[in-house]
Amino acid sequence: MRRAILAITGTIAGLAALLSFKSHVPSIPTSTAGGTSGVSSSSPASEAGPGAVVPTGNQAGTLPVGESTLTGQVANTVYGPVQIQLIMRDSKIINVSILQMPDGTIHDIQIGQFAFPVLIKETKAAQSAKIDAVSGASYTSAGYIQSLQSALDHGL
Amino acid sequence: MGTVVSFDVPAWAGQDPETGALAGAVRWLHWVDATFSPYRDDSDVSRFGRGSLALAESAPELAEVLAACADVSTVSGGYFTTTPGGRFDPSGYVKGWAIERAAALLTAAGSARHTVNGGGDVQCVGGRGPGRQWRVGIAHPLRPGSLATVVSGRDFAVATSGIAERGPHIIDPHTGQPAEGLASITVVGASLAAADAYATAAFAMGPAARDWVESLSGHEAFAVTPDGAAWQTSGFKAFLG
Repeated sequence: MRRAILAITGTIAGLAALLSFKSHVPSIPTSTAGGTSGVSSSSPASEAGPGAVVPTGNQAGTLPVGESTLTGQVANTVYGPVQIQLIMRDSKIINVSILQMPDGTIHDIQIGQFAFPVLIKETKAAQSAKIDAVSGASYTSAGYIQSLQSALDHGL
Repeated sequence: MGTVVSFDVPAWAGQDPETGALAGAVRWLHWVDATFSPYRDDSDVSRFGRGSLALAESAPELAEVLAACADVSTVSGGYFTTTPGGRFDPSGYVKGWAIERAAALLTAAGSARHTVNGGGDVQCVGGRGPGRQWRVGIAHPLRPGSLATVVSGRDFAVATSGIAERGPHIIDPHTGQPAEGLASITVVGASLAAADAYATAAFAMGPAARDWVESLSGHEAFAVTPDGAAWQTSGFKAFLG
């Protein structure tokens, strides 16, 4: 299974340059019960560019108080759309949801079920270690990273 | 070549990435891909490799890369090669070199602090902030999702070669077989072009890489062995904590 994933990420065509601007001033206030968190530099979804992120806040009160979500843009990969969502507390990522992943074939689904949990674990390890970059990561699934980066742009 | 590159430029946070210096760095990377990718039939590397393009007629950067590769091959006792598996492919040097150049473009444009990360090979310029270092986690090759260690520094580069790396296996040029002596090795130094090439050579070398990197001034290494143990060169601790 690992070989198949390595082959898939290796064939994502071209050298995709990913533009990431991390704001180093925490700009996400913690959400209050029933409210939405504000992101001072966010763009409306209709004008979304590579750096835009949609703060989705605490929708319908489904998250505990103090937690909010940041939803990344949909990244359209050759295998299908990928979209991730960060669950935040106090400007820290505490969990990651995959809102959309390629599911057109059994193979896609198997890869998603195997690869995405690893990517999520890597994200949380990176967060807790307060690191700025990772060397030697086993997966750099372009779609996951593109959507994750768009969520991080305004967040951390 | 299937690499995802990310840029972290704190001073330009919130600015439009489509114009200016960052766009220039992106154009540079696309040009490198078009010129050096062994997966593109029409790249200078592919045409030179099959003998249909003379060095004198190719991009001058190709000669520069070949000269640098020859030096690394000599220094590594032939463990770094531009003909892995018999095919001309200088990617073991080109990737780090291209990312280091991209970082230099941002420096020339006025950024004093940034990182450029291409598929896990990272060039850091300055520190994360005044008096602060950049922190780079090293993925554990045997425990997906976990970090083996974290290195910190200013104006330094981190390159890792290992079994979890995407793309073809790294071949030991002396045996023709996939290198299996290490699960991963990370080389730290000032220049990513050198660190990346040395990491590639060191991984092909296996356990002998420890003494070899000790002999290289200005570079330190951290390795994970196939049984999950780790070793590091004597100066590596300067990058920890």
